[in-house]
Amino acid sequence: MRSLLARWRRPSRLPRKPRLLLAVALGLGASIMWLLTPAAPAKRLDRVHQPAAVARITQGPFAPGPGSATVPTVSSPALIALGRTLFDQRCASCHGLHLQGRKGVAPSLIGVGAGPVHFYLSTGRMPLANYHAEPLRESPAFDPRRIRALVAYVRHAGGGPASPTAHPARGSLALGFQVFDSHCAGCHQIVARGGMTVGALVPNLQQATPQQIAEAVRMGPYLMPRFDSRDINQHALDSLARYILWTRHPSNRGGWGIYNIGPIPEGLVTFFMGLMALVIVARLIGERTE
Amino acid sequence: MSLVGRSLDRRAKRFVAWNEERIGAARGIKWAMRYVFPDHWSFLLGEVALYSFIVLVITGIFLALFYIPSDHMVTYHGSYAPLQGFRMSEAYQSVVHISLEVPAGLLFRQTHHWAADIFNASILLHLTRVLFTGAYRKPRDLNWMIGLTMLTLGILEGFAGYSLVDDLLSGMGLVIAYAVSMSIPLIGGQLSILLWKGAYPGASVFFPRLEILHVFLIPALLAVLITLHLGMIMRQHHSQFPGRGRRERNVVGTPMWPAYALRSVGLLLAVAGVEFLLGGLIQINPIWQWGPYHVYLSENGAQPDWYIGWLIGALRLMPNFEPRIDGFTIFPNPFWGGAAFPGFVFAVMYLWPWAQRKLTHDYRPHHLLHRPRDRPVHSAIAAAFLSWVLIVFMVGATDRVFFRLDISYQDEIRFWRGGVWLFPIIVFLVTLWVCRWLQRHDPHPLRGWDGQVVEPVQISDPLQDREQQAAGTHAPPAGG
Repeated sequence: MRSLLARWRRPSRLPRKPRLLLAVALGLGASIMWLLTPAAPAKRLDRVHQPAAVARITQGPFAPGPGSATVPTVSSPALIALGRTLFDQRCASCHGLHLQGRKGVAPSLIGVGAGPVHFYLSTGRMPLANYHAEPLRESPAFDPRRIRALVAYVRHAGGGPASPTAHPARGSLALGFQVFDSHCAGCHQIVARGGMTVGALVPNLQQATPQQIAEAVRMGPYLMPRFDSRDINQHALDSLARYILWTRHPSNRGGWGIYNIGPIPEGLVTFFMGLMALVIVARLIGERTE
Repeated sequence: MSLVGRSLDRRAKRFVAWNEERIGAARGIKWAMRYVFPDHWSFLLGEVALYSFIVLVITGIFLALFYIPSDHMVTYHGSYAPLQGFRMSEAYQSVVHISLEVPAGLLFRQTHHWAADIFNASILLHLTRVLFTGAYRKPRDLNWMIGLTMLTLGILEGFAGYSLVDDLLSGMGLVIAYAVSMSIPLIGGQLSILLWKGAYPGASVFFPRLEILHVFLIPALLAVLITLHLGMIMRQHHSQFPGRGRRERNVVGTPMWPAYALRSVGLLLAVAGVEFLLGGLIQINPIWQWGPYHVYLSENGAQPDWYIGWLIGALRLMPNFEPRIDGFTIFPNPFWGGAAFPGFVFAVMYLWPWAQRKLTHDYRPHHLLHRPRDRPVHSAIAAAFLSWVLIVFMVGATDRVFFRLDISYQDEIRFWRGGVWLFPIIVFLVTLWVCRWLQRHDPHPLRGWDGQVVEPVQISDPLQDREQQAAGTHAPPAGG
């Protein structure tokens, strides 16, 4: 035991200076790596207001085209009653007691249907603390039953189509990659890690469910364009969902994927792992004079 | 001497004798074996680049066996599911094939890429060491310029290398290169057409041209310059830090044989080891994830490799400034960040030894280095200049800062447009203060030498010898 302790206490074979260098490099490297991690930041309160984005939602989503997959809206008088109560408490201050919206603040929800309501609530983007802020993905404010209730109420009171959805199992991975490459990668990054555009953060999509993907494609939340079934038909949508689910665990055949965002982490590994290791080697075999 | 050492010694003697009997090279070999390397770990940084070059050549030969430099469009039917049925160039298909089907192909490709990143990074670190210790001064100013030329070539070589792949990132990089080359005043249009043989994305000859540039022209030039670089070091001897027994006219350190050669081989193995470990364990440029390039495709967050990052930063930072004469744009905007900025940085570096001589009126040759703290103003100017380039480099990653920290991209750019001038001034003052503080707290000369002085080499300086003979003195010149 004592010898074990002694070994524990024995100074490392690395001399002090390289150890210090190593510690500094690791600390610096770790903090920069943290900068690159894909987690979205906390809700921001000072995002520049984008009137165009708010206004566009008032056009309402596309009606599902022929052959479109939808999710039936669960509804019952009790659910609608619960939905009305929740809506009046948490949503009506901006969207109005009769879903009519408020000019420059929130769009009308009349005719939008189930899709947008489910999308914004199940991704935690609504309710929004500050209507100037860009709605970003968070943990939902309501449990699934309350979300069902709100969806049922808005559709009951305002009308509109059922929620679109996608069935990844029916899609093709290669077609999904092609559709994503030509329609989505310009903003969402090719492995769906997100990024920035002028005026908005683009979310990474590793948490998106097939239904949320379909809803976003058909509705076009915030700055995102919307795509109807002539742009992306149901088979392409199924394939797209399949590719996006695949990006949760892409094929990292070369080893550790370092976040799949390209050369920035590669440069950090070059300096803080590769070159640093070699500098320490050089320090150990080169220094004989101090 | 240990048993192993004695056996090595015997073998070395036999080797010399073998050579002497055949080509009469004993004198040269003995001279090389007795060549003395001054001891300091930072003198090994250049060797890291040298050994990375060797790794690059070896892995590159392997890759060249499988690469096809062709823009001929084919349909993918390989083993990777998400790419099935994609239209792609044969060039891209061949690299996907190397990555996913050729045995050990991905290991060699990734090692090649990591080695390229480390090659340029170690040159930069070596350059910084040479700059701060004054090792570039006469008579080594010529070698400094050769080194700078190698860095330029290394950057071009790396860019050509990852552009050959024709994946989404390389296409997006090439279109920026095309725009920058178009933006050069007067000659830009002709130059781009000469390089690409037509408007972007160019004619079919572009990839074969790029391949010859990457696998033959630049590597051959680099090999010649490396030989010159090392030859000049051998001729002029290494510079050394001041210390007991070390003067301007001797070299104190470890001889090539039996010590330094083995140490250097150890470093070679370490460089190859680290690069192959990275190549095997950490993914770099997963081109199958990026997909093939077509002119209508792009992706968010695309970035160049790190050694091109400073140019992306400069393009982002440059305000919208396009001087016009009579309706004609004389300097299109990409010119400033993509061509004028790197041109200026390299010009400053090339002229640095000359400017240092002019400003300090010190025209003597120098074989003794100075430590950064010994020349506070010099170190402060160098640090400020490098920090200026570093900030421009960091601006290339502002979109990631926006994404992660939610600092508005536009605000960041506005901030750094001022910061890029302000921070170097701060760095200048801080470096000056740190150098002076270190000088006060550390007596000079500071480097104690407790090793054995091994065969000090007298550096003959014909001019000085003649002068001394003429004057009849044998006093050693003043050190420092």
